[in-house]
Amino acid sequence: MNGVHDMGGMHGMGPIEYEKNEPVFHAPWEGRVFALNVAMGAWRKWNIDASRHGIEQLAPADYLRMSYYEKWFTRLAALMLKHGLISQQEIASGRPAGPKVTPPFTAATVAETLGKGGPYSRDVPATPQFRAGQRVRARNLNPTGHTRLPRYVRGRIGAIDRDHGIFVFPDTNAQFLGEKPQHLYSVRFAARELWGDQASPNDSVYLDLWHDYLDPA
Amino acid sequence: MTQHRHDHAHGQDVPSDFALRVKAMESLLVEKGLVDPAALDALIDTYEHKVGPRNGARVVAKAWTDPAYKRRLLADATAAITELGYMGRQGEHMVVVENTPKVHNMVVCTLCSCYPWTVLGLPPVWYKSAPYRSRAVIDPRGVLREFGLNLPESLEVRVWDSTAEIRYLVLPERPAGTENLSEDQLAALVTRDAMVGVAKVGGPA
Repeated sequence: MNGVHDMGGMHGMGPIEYEKNEPVFHAPWEGRVFALNVAMGAWRKWNIDASRHGIEQLAPADYLRMSYYEKWFTRLAALMLKHGLISQQEIASGRPAGPKVTPPFTAATVAETLGKGGPYSRDVPATPQFRAGQRVRARNLNPTGHTRLPRYVRGRIGAIDRDHGIFVFPDTNAQFLGEKPQHLYSVRFAARELWGDQASPNDSVYLDLWHDYLDPA
Repeated sequence: MTQHRHDHAHGQDVPSDFALRVKAMESLLVEKGLVDPAALDALIDTYEHKVGPRNGARVVAKAWTDPAYKRRLLADATAAITELGYMGRQGEHMVVVENTPKVHNMVVCTLCSCYPWTVLGLPPVWYKSAPYRSRAVIDPRGVLREFGLNLPESLEVRVWDSTAEIRYLVLPERPAGTENLSEDQLAALVTRDAMVGVAKVGGPA
């Protein structure tokens, strides 16, 4: 979706605010929100792409106004409601309804679960359509759902830098329409191709783009 | 770069009752049996005390002192970083990009906040902020100047926008005058900012 989250190249966001010796969490509630998101993800009712899309679906004004972990909290509540893990009545009353369940993610399994991670590469056959050095054009796609093709490269010409292998396709995965695994490429775009003559002739931007985002050029 | 305002959460107002809402939600989820509160404590402890930029600094220092390791790191970063015991969530697919006298690399996620957790921990606020995400790709040299880094025009700047599940770590240049330092001493010089590519590694004080 062409949301406010797709920020590459926007102006007017101001200077970078740098905090020296920044703590990992600025208040205890931020840590709780982070941990709740990870722990609830273990129910596997959604995936990382649906989760990212949850944040993109915040109203633009809210997206810009809210702090990072406020967004995470709001997204988590929306996902839990949507997937039936909690109800609006339970939130309002603060009292659980229904039988108690057993969490899949416990203190004993934290280290193992984090250590394993969740690889998004897939071992399925797929012939690469592009090779390193080949010129490609990012497609001009404007889906209303989740996509990882930023606006600032759509229609622009770049060159394949490397083939990362076969990965889950976020556009379909976010909507639970299947993983649609396909080749993922690192694509190099000259800064001047993206931004015109104001950019340095020596600079470039690399993006990781799936096969379905690319045409030969 | 402006100084962070401690009385104000990064230009964004967090309602005062927000902590209470989070507490109420956690209580509900615990009572339903959906989460184990001890697992939440363990997760927070992991990212506050165990997994952070010191991991990445070990990787960098080893690459500086062990040419065979550096070759493995640049060829297959995921495997080489796993050799040091750093692996898992948000580090499943790693790529390391090397800074040289001719090339400077920096990393951003314009779409959200993708960051290599296994080697750098959770990202700082500035990395997740609208100013950094919007400007890193269109004005990388201006951003680097705000971080105090003035790069000559002849140097090539490569910006890596983390649009997929590949996570990037910058291998900074080893500073001059460090020939006699041990791997541990070198690791102590390496900063998070240098591994994101918004700073250089300075020599020993």
